[in-house]
Amino acid sequence: MNVSVNLPSRNTKVMNRFDLTSRLVAKLKNEEAVIGGIGNTNFDLWAAGHRPQNFYMLGSMGLAFPIALGVALAQPERRVFALEGDGSLLMQLGSLSTIAMLAPKNLTMVVMDNGIYQITGSQPTPAAALADIVAIAVASGIANSAWAADEEDFERLIEQSMSASGPTLIGVRIDDKPGTGTTRRDPVQIRERFMHGMGVRQPL
Amino acid sequence: MAVAEQKTSQQASPEQPPQTWYGIVQQSLKRNDIRLVPYVPDRVLTTLIKNLHADPYFTTFPTAREEEAVGIVSGAWMGGMRGAVLMQTSGFATLANVLASLAMPYQIPLIMFVSERGTLGEFNYGQSLVCRTMRPVLDSLAMEHHTATRLDEFEFIVDRSIKQAITTQAPVALILSPLLTGGKVFDK
Repeated sequence: MNVSVNLPSRNTKVMNRFDLTSRLVAKLKNEEAVIGGIGNTNFDLWAAGHRPQNFYMLGSMGLAFPIALGVALAQPERRVFALEGDGSLLMQLGSLSTIAMLAPKNLTMVVMDNGIYQITGSQPTPAAALADIVAIAVASGIANSAWAADEEDFERLIEQSMSASGPTLIGVRIDDKPGTGTTRRDPVQIRERFMHGMGVRQPL
Repeated sequence: MAVAEQKTSQQASPEQPPQTWYGIVQQSLKRNDIRLVPYVPDRVLTTLIKNLHADPYFTTFPTAREEEAVGIVSGAWMGGMRGAVLMQTSGFATLANVLASLAMPYQIPLIMFVSERGTLGEFNYGQSLVCRTMRPVLDSLAMEHHTATRLDEFEFIVDRSIKQAITTQAPVALILSPLLTGGKVFDK
């Protein structure tokens, strides 16, 4: 089944969410926080190997970037990554303006864009055909926003974001594959383990 | 003698301004180490928002939606920074999903101040209708909430509710009645 939306005007390579997530996680050496958005985005983060610094959303679609912003404000010395789907981001485009205004330099946002609501049956999003999420991010005031041309470019943009003077948004075109794993749906444990990972609390 | 001393002490601080509800909110937030205050504004909250901006203790800023502000303070809590969200009744009405899928199941002490519109002199029928959805939503999730109507009780309600939210890791909504704030009336 191939229902991915064709985007003839775009020359970025169509990549894979799990592969990109694994490449990101492999780069993390300093207990960086990673916030995984609802559905496939956090399923692939889980499948890439659980870390105490990972937070997995089980609802509240669209809030991966706001949650990551909160972590970034609370811990300005820690790098915070947020992984979000294109459909999710469409629910909270206003959050890009808020992030641009506050301009936390320790925040790196990745938008996994397949143009579809994969998990609900691969229906196209309203942005699939015409809207450009990176252009929206730039217009919202996030100057460090770019499409990753391919996997190597994605890794380069991730590296670059770690020493950026403001927040970074990286758009990646991905295929229509579902998530690789399934996050254990235990919200209290997810939150508690994340707080341990953030050094906020010690286990009992 | 005691009476005389009392009079003297009163005279000694004639500049002491009378307590205001927004002054109590500001002091209670500080006393409980709550520094992060995102908000979606409301006319009634104007002075509070202005005073929080003027106080370097606070990181306060507007968000595009109330849900976004809930996400921000939830992330900050997990990162070790306490927050509270300011909003109006109609803003609260947009929150059922995030309360049920983030604040409640993850046990996050979300502290909300909701300026109550839609009652005691409302002039917009839509506001009075949306106001009626607020308490049923809070009750259906068994969320702690209090409606503050009197200045003399307000500090007790705010301070104790913040402490309870944090120690029990449960959200709380503090509804600011027009009886406390004066509300918004047609000629404003």
